[in-house]
This record gives sequence, structure tokens and C-alpha cells, in this order.
Amino acid sequence: MTTTLNQKDILKRGAIWAFILVELAFFAIVGDAMSVSSKAFLSVDNMLLLLKQSAPIGIIALGMTIVMINGNIDLSVGATFALAAVVLLDSMTWPFMQALGDWAIPLAWGFALLTGVVLGAINGLIVWKTGVDAFIVTLASMLGFRGLVFMYNGEQPTSHLNWTLVDFAEAQFLGLHTATWFLLGAALILWLLMTKTVHGRNAYAIGNNREAAVNAGIRVGPHFVLNFMLIGFLAALSAVVFYSESGSVNPNDGMLYELWAITAVVLGGTKLAGGYGSIISTLGGVIAIQLLRKGLGHIGADTQTVNLVIGLILIGVLILDRQLNRKGQEELKI
Amino acid sequence: MTDQTPVLRLEGIVKTFPGVRALDGVAFSVLPGEVHALMGENGAGKSTLMKVLGGIHAPDEGQIFIAEEPTVMTSPMQAKAKGVVFIHQELSLADELSVAENIFLGELPLKGLGRVDWPKLYADTDAILKTLNVGFDARTRVGDLSIANQQMVEIGRALTVDPRAVIFDEPTASLTDAEKVVLFDVIADLQSRGVGIVYISHRMEEIFKITDRISVLRDGQYRGTLNTAETDEDEVTQLMIGRSLDLSRNESHHEMGDVALEVRGLGCGALYQDVSFSVRRGEVLGFYGLVGAGRTEIAETIFGLRTPSAGQILLNGEEVRIASPIDALGHGISLVPEDRKSQGLVLGMNCRDNMTLPQVDDLTAGPFVSDGAEIAIFDQYRDKLDIRTPGWRQIVGNLSGGNQQKIVIGKWLSMRPEVLIVDEPTRGIDVGSKSEIHNLIRELAAQGFAVIVISSEMPEVLHVSDRIVAMFSGRVMREFTADEVTEDNLIQAISGITDDKVA
Repeated sequence: MTTTLNQKDILKRGAIWAFILVELAFFAIVGDAMSVSSKAFLSVDNMLLLLKQSAPIGIIALGMTIVMINGNIDLSVGATFALAAVVLLDSMTWPFMQALGDWAIPLAWGFALLTGVVLGAINGLIVWKTGVDAFIVTLASMLGFRGLVFMYNGEQPTSHLNWTLVDFAEAQFLGLHTATWFLLGAALILWLLMTKTVHGRNAYAIGNNREAAVNAGIRVGPHFVLNFMLIGFLAALSAVVFYSESGSVNPNDGMLYELWAITAVVLGGTKLAGGYGSIISTLGGVIAIQLLRKGLGHIGADTQTVNLVIGLILIGVLILDRQLNRKGQEELKI
Repeated sequence: MTDQTPVLRLEGIVKTFPGVRALDGVAFSVLPGEVHALMGENGAGKSTLMKVLGGIHAPDEGQIFIAEEPTVMTSPMQAKAKGVVFIHQELSLADELSVAENIFLGELPLKGLGRVDWPKLYADTDAILKTLNVGFDARTRVGDLSIANQQMVEIGRALTVDPRAVIFDEPTASLTDAEKVVLFDVIADLQSRGVGIVYISHRMEEIFKITDRISVLRDGQYRGTLNTAETDEDEVTQLMIGRSLDLSRNESHHEMGDVALEVRGLGCGALYQDVSFSVRRGEVLGFYGLVGAGRTEIAETIFGLRTPSAGQILLNGEEVRIASPIDALGHGISLVPEDRKSQGLVLGMNCRDNMTLPQVDDLTAGPFVSDGAEIAIFDQYRDKLDIRTPGWRQIVGNLSGGNQQKIVIGKWLSMRPEVLIVDEPTRGIDVGSKSEIHNLIRELAAQGFAVIVISSEMPEVLHVSDRIVAMFSGRVMREFTADEVTEDNLIQAISGITDDKVA
């Protein structure tokens, strides 16, 4: 069988991983020379920690990828993240839950994940039934869901520490942290979903050309709803993994997570307009951002500088992508 | 009129595109105060000529004269500055802006510091509207106007300069009879002011009513100019179609089965009314008519993309309700749409995935789509339709038009439909692939599919159809069998000429 994956495609898919290698080389060489700490940047422990720290935004970014491939966007994930965290921690303090002992843990996880799915379904149903742009719908629900977080406990943090849970969250299996396993597991399942199943196929088709998809007899709405439910679930999963360990949520937690997730997705090459993108590349985008944050911190840069650099890199990547695409189109015309 | 200097004259215009000689030595002139019709079939070169005139295409050879002065056109704006203005068939107005802002768009009168001189803008606009004799004022929001009045705004744009020549491209396509009268008054008024008018239209009736001379293009060549008063519809028709056809008429005959699809008294608001026809298994039914005659809309109704306001659709003799493409596909009706890039294909997807898109639900093994089942379907139809692609992984957007169209056709054939509707089967496809697609359509009918072909190209309709339905303005004018149809009576039927001799 002839392979027709052309060079441009390989270049585009490999770009994010090449970028990560450049980052690693840069921080290994320059980083160690300018380092403010005595520890080596490229140590195994440090890299494992990096993966763990990538997980909260990473799990959300995976969901954002499928929603964006489908031609939508979800701005409410940060608020969903916070609300799921509140449900997780608060539910464990309920009397009947406390009576259950450690059995309260899976139940609390279930409540939190269900919260995410329901919030996602609300977004999806509104987008489907009203036809209003997902950007507007989820902008509104971002405000609304955040309102619910504040209504729950006012300005106060919600806290509950369960040591069994903390042990689970801090555990390492085969060297990788629990959070990392969740990130990789979610990536594997979503990769299978998007590349091997009917739903994934149809999601790409709808995002690429909605009219042609409708003409092919595809029901657009249910696919939208399913993807919004998935991203809601993943936002809640991200919260569950993170707050199992920290045990305390502030009502402002998760703010701007939607923008970090979108940044990672776009850096990974997924198109804002839909129809093109990859789960694996998003994973690359997530790691690249975390590496940049951590690496710049390692050489003593403050948060403001880190944000400035990430912003500049994002613009650079998009300009490069545009140039590549334009060149591709010109080749086609000849 | 003969001693006057033409306001606009073209001489020996040649324009070639890769593989096509779109204009081949076209000459044409307009005298002041004259209405000069430009006629020709779809693809005869009228729009290319207009684009040359508007400076959008530079001619390879030839010369444009304005008031006998050689002129090089560089853009529509420059043409306008020289007094040559275009009224396009498709309106290009900003709905949310006022009439005045639209008419002076890009050339708003200014006072100091870049501020708009509103009083002058409204006064100038009202002066223009007065000459057009319309019932709205400069401050009206354009979106609130009727189509006819929007067209008046478009014409108003032409009058912000003192025009020498005004070119109307199918101006009556979306107008009612009453609205046409108003338009013709405006044209008469321009005429009396010594403006030369170029009037592009397919509608014979209008042409004979308002024009002084008729020039005809055919296959990019200038075929002659007639004085309207001294000619008739037959002579013009002859000039337009009297070519050696590169396509033979449909001669093949094979057995036909029962009626597969029947439509009775179907109507959809103002788009089309009282449409009835039927198509048998093994038959190709052609739909011919001008753009906007309602052909595509009928196809979209049968495919469930539009809701009919009247009438019935019967499949194998039983009435069916089709509310969505999903229903249509369930009943075995497929549509190869008019615009394959925007409606038919997912351009960013590969060949195989495009072809199996409507049935991927049924090609699963466990939770996953079965690669093998998909590739089997792709291979089968690639061979059957002779689709030339390096492999199924090829992104559809990178294929040629002919191969893209075959992917769309293969997509529907693999669903084993009973009725296949093909809207403009060869639009934007090169000549070689065209005849391949035509043969394919004939072959499909021979295999027992009921096929409906909608086309704007007469040779194509004549070549592939067993019967032809001629449409004009949302109505079926006449139905022809392959034996009784002639180019003459077909072109007359779609120009809205009711033939009293036949009845």
C-alpha cells in the first residue's frame, strides 16, 4: 500500500515534538549555566514532576481538542473545574458520606464527575437546540457556573482532607504519579475515540464541513452534546485528580484555565476553525507549555516574563503555521 | 445613430486561461443612448468579457476604447472613474448601513479632520434617488428594502459619477413584473441622457422589448450583431447555439422499469410552484433551465433540505414524508449537490473516509470502525468509477475536480440508492472528465438506477437524458422526450416563451 502522508503533514505533526526537544536542549545548556538552584533541570525526578504538573490543564486541553475539532469551543471549563472540586470536597463532609468511611471516596468522585457531565450537557444542549455559537453559549455558562461556585460557599475556601485520598493522589506507579497516569490514560482513550470510532470520524467531518456532513445524513446535534459532555467530564476529572491531593478549593480556582487549555491545543496544531487536529499533538502542546514555565522559572524568570514569552511563542507558531499552509495552497494551484 | 462616436468599444479581445480560450477575438461597441444586448449560453464568455472590461482580468490581446480613446482598465474603481459602471446580478450591499452610505461607499464626502459631511451625503443621495423616482429616502436602512429597491440602490451607486456606459448583468433575475417596469423606466431615462447601456440577459422577451441591438457570443467568439427591429427570436437562438456540438444526442435505449419517484404538484413558497414529474428505474430525467429557475430547490426538497409548501412526493407509488437528509437516505434517495466543495465533500478528509461517510455507522467491528470494510468499499468504487488517486490516504482537497466528483458519486452509489439526483454533474470539470462522468450517468441508468440530472449546459442535458423537463421561473414549462426535443424549442421553453403552435 502506498503511503501518501506528505512531507507537510509529517512536518506539521512533528513540529511540536521538535519544539519540545529544542526547549529541553536550551534549558539543559543555558539553564544549568544560569540556574538559580543547584539541581539539574533535566533530572528524571524533575521531568516526572513536570508531567504531574501538566495534568490539570492537560486533561482539560484533551477535551478542548475534541470540542475544537468538532468546530466548537468551551470557555466554561475553568468554572466547571472549580464547581466539580467544590462538590468533591464538600460531599465528603456530608453526614451520610462520613458514615461510609473510605467508601465515600468513590461516591464523592462520582458526584464530582457527574457534575461535570451535567454542566457539559447543558452547554451542548443549548448549542444544539438554539443554534447559538458555542463561544457565546459557553461565555455565558462560564459566568453562570462561576456564580454557582460562589453561591455554594461565598468567598470562603471549601476544604476537606482525606488522608487515604491524599495517599492515592501522591502515589507513584512505575515511577509515574497518579495524575500523570490519568493524563496519559485520558489521552489514550480520546485518541482511540477520535481516530477509530464513528463518533470521532463524524466529529472531524462536522468540524471540517458541516453542510457536507448534514448532507451525508449525520446528526450534528448529538455529536455536539456528546463532546460537550466529554469535556465537562474531563474538566471534572482534572479537578478530582488535583483536589484529592490539595484538599482545599478557592472559589477563584480554575480561572483562565480555559485560555491555557486553548493555548496548548492551538500550539499542538489543532485548528480553531475545526476539522483538523490531534489528541497526541495537544499532549505535546501541554508539555511544551509546562516545560517553558518550569524552565524559565528554573533560570530565575518571574511569572510575568513567562507569560510574555509564551504569548510571543504562540503568535510565532501561528504565523509559521499560516506560512506553511499558504505555501501548501500555492503548490496545489500549480 | 450611425454618425455617433461609440461610448465604449472593444476590439479583438483575446483572453485565455490554462486549457481554455475564454474569449477569442471579441469585438463589441455601444453607442450613446443605445441599449445593446449581450447574449450567449452559459459559458459563452459573457462574464469573462465583463471582467476584462472591469479590469479584473487583463486581456491577452485587443484594445478597449472609451469614447474612442484607448484605455487600459485596471480595476472596477478605475473603470467607474472613466464612466463605465457595472450593475451586478448579485447585490453587494451592506444591509446595516443606510441607503446614502451604501451609494457613496468608499467615497463618502468629507470635511475637515476626516469627518463625514452628512448633510452633503444625504443631499447628494436624495438628488440621485430623485432621478430614480423611488419611494424611499437616503436615511433608510438598506436591509429594510425589498430586493427590487436594493437593486435601485445598486443602480444609484452607478450614478455617483456621470456615467458614459452602464452594464446590467441579468438585472431582472429576482424582480417581479411590476418591478421590472420600474427598472425599464430607469433604463429609458439613462438612455435619454445619452448613456450607453449594455444589457446582459437570457430573457428573450425583455431583450426584444427594450434593446436596440443584440450581440451574440458563442464559445468565446463573437458571432455577430443584429438590429433588434430586424430580427426575431429564432435568428438569435440560431446564433447562440448553432455550433457543431461536441456531444452527440442520447441515442442509447435500454429497458426501463417501474416509476421509482413521482412528484405531484410540489411547491415551495415563491421558489417554485406546481411541479409534477416522474422518473423510472433505468431512466435519466434531465432538468434544464436558467440559474434561479428553481431546479436545485426542487432537488433540495426531495432530499429533505427544504420543506415543501404544497404537493406530494411518492416513492414506488407510496407517499413519503422527507423532513431531513436522514429520511431521504433512509428512503434510498441520494443527492450529488451542485457545489461539491462546500456541500458534497469534507475537503480536509481522505478519499476513503469521504466515500464511507454516510454509512460509517454500519462498518464497525466492536466499538471501532473497521479499516478493512472501509478500504474494501473504497477499492470497489475506485475501480468501478476509475478514480485516479495515489491511494485512499490522499486528502480529497488535493484531487482534481473530476476525481472529486467521482468520490461524491461513489459515496452515494455505495449506499445502493434507488434514486440518484445529480445537480450540475460536470461543473468546473475539464472536458475529458466530463464525457467520463456523462458515460457513467448513462451506465448507472442502464444498471437500473433512476437518475435525475440537473444541468445548465444544454449539450449535457441533451446528451445524457431520456426525457427533459424545461423550467422557467419556478414552473415546469414543458416536458420533452429525447425524440421531440430540439435545441430551438428547449431554449425557447427555458426563456419563458410559450409555444402556441404546440399544445
